[in-house]
Amino acid sequence: MLIELEKRKEPSQTMLYLTPVIAVLATMIVGGILFTLIGHNGFAAVKEIFITPVIDTHKWQDLGIKAAPLILIAVGLSIGFRANVWNIGAEGQYIVGGLAGTGIALLTWELEGWWILPLMCVAGAIGGALYASIPAFLKTKLNVNEILSSLMLTYASIQLLYYLMRGPWKDPEGFNFPQTRLFNDSQILPEIIPGTIVHLGVPLAFIIALIAWFVMSKSIFGFQIRVVGSAPAAARYGGFSAKRTIWMAMLIGGGFAGLAGIFEAAGPFQQMVPQFPTGYGFTAIIVAFLGRLHPIGIILGGLVLAISYVGGEIAQTSLGLPNAAAGIFQAMMLFFLLAADILVKYRLKLNVANQTGDAS
Amino acid sequence: MTDKSNYRIELEAITKSFPGVLANDRVSFSIKPGEIHALLGENGAGKSTLVKMIYGIMQPDEGEIRWEGEAIKVANPKAARQLGVGMVFQHFSLFEAMTVLENIALGMDAKISQNLLEEKIREVMDVYGLKLDPHRIVSTLSVGERQRIEIVRALLLNPRLLIMDEPTSVLTPQEVAQLFGTLRKLSKTGCSILYISHKLHEIKELCDQATILRGGKVVGACDPKQETSKSMAEMMIGGDLKQIEKDVKTEFGAPRFVVDNLSQSGEGDFGVALSDISFSVRAGEIFGIAGVAGNGQNELLMVLSGEIPASNADTIKLDGKSVADQNILQRRKHGLCAVPEERNGHAAVVDFSLSDNALLTARERMNLASGGLIKHSEARSYTDDVISTFGVKTTGAHSPAGSLSGGNLQKFVVGREIMQNPDVLLISQPTWGVDAGAAAAIHQAIVDLAENGSAIIVISQDLDELLAICDEMAVINEGKLSKTLKVGEASVDEIGLLMGGVHGEPNTNQDSVENAHAH
Amino acid sequence: MNDTIIISIIMTVVGASTPILLAALGELIVEKSGVLNLGIEGMMLIGAVVGFAVTLTTGFHLLGIIIAMLASTLSAMLFAYLTLTLTANQVATGLALTIFGIGISSLMGEPYVGKTIEIFSSWFPASLAEHPQLRVIFGYSPLVYVSLILTVSVSYFLKKTRAGLILRAVGESDTSAHSIGYSVIGVRYAAVAFGGAMAGLAGCYFSLVLTPLWSEELTAGRGWIALALVVFAAWKPSRLLFGAYLFGAIMTLELHAKAAGFSFIAPELLAAMPYLATIVVLALISLRKSSGLAAPACLAKPFKPST
Repeated sequence: MLIELEKRKEPSQTMLYLTPVIAVLATMIVGGILFTLIGHNGFAAVKEIFITPVIDTHKWQDLGIKAAPLILIAVGLSIGFRANVWNIGAEGQYIVGGLAGTGIALLTWELEGWWILPLMCVAGAIGGALYASIPAFLKTKLNVNEILSSLMLTYASIQLLYYLMRGPWKDPEGFNFPQTRLFNDSQILPEIIPGTIVHLGVPLAFIIALIAWFVMSKSIFGFQIRVVGSAPAAARYGGFSAKRTIWMAMLIGGGFAGLAGIFEAAGPFQQMVPQFPTGYGFTAIIVAFLGRLHPIGIILGGLVLAISYVGGEIAQTSLGLPNAAAGIFQAMMLFFLLAADILVKYRLKLNVANQTGDAS
Repeated sequence: MTDKSNYRIELEAITKSFPGVLANDRVSFSIKPGEIHALLGENGAGKSTLVKMIYGIMQPDEGEIRWEGEAIKVANPKAARQLGVGMVFQHFSLFEAMTVLENIALGMDAKISQNLLEEKIREVMDVYGLKLDPHRIVSTLSVGERQRIEIVRALLLNPRLLIMDEPTSVLTPQEVAQLFGTLRKLSKTGCSILYISHKLHEIKELCDQATILRGGKVVGACDPKQETSKSMAEMMIGGDLKQIEKDVKTEFGAPRFVVDNLSQSGEGDFGVALSDISFSVRAGEIFGIAGVAGNGQNELLMVLSGEIPASNADTIKLDGKSVADQNILQRRKHGLCAVPEERNGHAAVVDFSLSDNALLTARERMNLASGGLIKHSEARSYTDDVISTFGVKTTGAHSPAGSLSGGNLQKFVVGREIMQNPDVLLISQPTWGVDAGAAAAIHQAIVDLAENGSAIIVISQDLDELLAICDEMAVINEGKLSKTLKVGEASVDEIGLLMGGVHGEPNTNQDSVENAHAH
Repeated sequence: MNDTIIISIIMTVVGASTPILLAALGELIVEKSGVLNLGIEGMMLIGAVVGFAVTLTTGFHLLGIIIAMLASTLSAMLFAYLTLTLTANQVATGLALTIFGIGISSLMGEPYVGKTIEIFSSWFPASLAEHPQLRVIFGYSPLVYVSLILTVSVSYFLKKTRAGLILRAVGESDTSAHSIGYSVIGVRYAAVAFGGAMAGLAGCYFSLVLTPLWSEELTAGRGWIALALVVFAAWKPSRLLFGAYLFGAIMTLELHAKAAGFSFIAPELLAAMPYLATIVVLALISLRKSSGLAAPACLAKPFKPST
């Protein structure tokens, strides 16, 4: 007996929107069971990780600042993924973007002025985009697999960060700690809600996601991205260049990641430290998939992942779970989503016997 | 089915249908040991389906296959190989980065040591005069050499029936001659050969018997050596083919689309090289390009539409202005629209809505976008116009293109281009896989567009279609275009011969190129 | 430098190289079949924690290793099911497997933090294994010898066996392999399972040999180095061995550079070297397409058999 997949005539719209919800629910149930089996209180873990951050209003500011970089990076990546460009080096572009912005901050540390912060942000975006242009160049000129090249560059960028922190950019008054000096007031993102930690980067990330939504659904550029990703021959027929699209997708992905990097440096960190890379660039890939590569879906996906991050921290203190435990839930969400994905295009059918295939 | 048969294989009333198509309709024929048997027919006549059933890739719905007198069921290719059926596919199943030896080893069902295999390969190559270096990597080999791998792979299994599916479509004349030598030697050893082709001169030269398929049915059987190419062409194209009555239009406007000595090398993903193609189409004229698939039609369409940049300037002129250095968008803006042959993934994106598919090509000419933004409601209303004008059966502009039947999607794609009111329309296989009603509608629309003064180029393998709607036509063969024929004056025989590849024989070919120049 | 220092440097390099060699051997087979599994780091951690836990509980290193390999293989099968059967995106699934492995190993390993076990040390008699000079040959953990035997075996398997030929064929052209009659999905499942087992073995090397203890994220990103190594070696086992020891030497040098604080080369540049070298190799491979060194043509592309 075999479970066969029967292709639907049209992809199921219901399933398209339902599967992420199914995935989150399945994660809560199966995750709870898994934690119980390992010897923890599974029910409490699920409650702390998924429920507490939502019902505890004090945690909302944390949700915002965690969701913002995830959303920003994921929106950029989703544009590439839609064009079939697999930039998975956003973590590296995030780091280089953060460093580029920090470079401006260190150059201007004795100055004041409204123009410094925007300049840092522009530098961050350009830094990320430039770093992404390496795999773009290798892909379009030499047909080098962008998955491998962008991933390798991520690990190289971490070393660049360590080098700068240990050497040239080390705070001269910092007791030899490997970190930069603190940014001055012209260099940090202002709080937008007084008394909270919510910085300007948070609403900007949401606004950029909304702009991306508009561009992807309303513009010829968004159309081009989708055509190149879905049917390269049709794209050529429609007059769209595949190489130019690869470049655009990589530059946007890198630029958004770089912007997220400088937001993070000029926001929560207010300086550059070796602990700067926290895996947002990788988690954002999960966010992009969870959000169905759609900016609005990504906002929701980013919030869900932010909940799991914040919840993970809560569970760390209240239940003594290790910090990485939230990752189990994050990964499971993607596993369940990918598994449930098949329901969008196929329906499951039980099939008994009727073998005609090869007998190997 | 009692006494031992004289035949190696007999097919009896084989029927196979797919949703909406009867691919094989009670097909019967038989092949003797040592016989080279041709299976002749146009593309879509049902040849491939039939051989797939013999080789066990598909199962017949009805009918019987007898192997040396015994009724059998061929469950899968492995079972076919065990019987002694070998097959050389038109599309090779080779592994580019691996050696010849490794490729052949992969095709063997039994485990065999490399040294012994190499010895056997050399033996087979000696016997049949095939030359191959077993240690070369496939990606460095020519197409002919690649085919030899497939042939050696099949021969090593000591087949008693070898199926060759369009083996010469990718070979040079010298390679074809070599292949025929090999096949003749093989048939002398008693191996039967089923040779699938639509090239009449090849069949006359090589085959002992021929079965002719048309529309899934056997329409004739003959000894090709006794027939003329003309008589076989008539059977292949259809005995019922009459001279089409068509008002012979004599009044045309000025030349709108002129192609002058267009050549393009056949490198990379660009399959067939084009050489010295010249023709001219006047306002109000429909120009047909006939020919068997794979003779450069796709390449010609892509170079003419601008999808692939032309290698020489001034080879393509639209209303007297060279467009050869323009890309597809610029040419479209200048009034040149095109419909490629492949609907799925080329002319249309199957996952996209019809409305988005309208945007794909009509956004500039129909003002469906401005300032880089899509005008969704305009796109929808243009899509609705196409749907209603061309009677496209669909649930609406939002439906994915993939949800439409082939005929309806084709009507949509053709309609999308025609309603942009192009000055020049290039259209390839306008009614491929389309039902009769849809085909008539598409033909009418093409004729109407010409009436309005557009110049139209129709590339088709369907001769009936070309004769029905074109004013002038030419035949493409191996990347070369024949002289231009007037449809009212051209005889079916002449066109059939050109199509069947008689034209492809070197001397006649030379001839026609000169004619084309003179034209 | 005297002999003792050279010998201890050699032994340190071999120690640093062995786990990446083991994991890379597995990933090499996986990629040769046309699958890209980015979950190496996660599978290694699962192997490391399970190996440690079982060894600590039972006292048998071998049992720990076997169960660790089974556990990693199980996680690899989750990857295989999603990507091969359900044709999910390999990149996303692999990354999720790494995140999952980091999380689950931290959770499972919590009770074992700070505990130690006896090192899984040489099986040779102390007279050889601790001999001042001969220890450079006999003084390693059994897993080091296993890694060398496996390198030769994988090389032999790919070059000389029919199964290896089929594996390469599946990675080279899934459609051709399918049309000749090979089970593409079946071959890939087997390859991914092997990759999982090898990652588990590599993980055990960390928790049973190198440290030997358990701490969170014990493997410290070595899974990514292993991934780089496969590409650096242009998918050839012999180069893999060379590359593993080269990368191991670089990592050792980096540690010493940090400790000694010498300045002729930044330790960070050394640490980045494997990745940068890999990118250079990728570009070179692409420049010389016909050299037979190219990536498996079907790498990371999902395969859906028609009919």
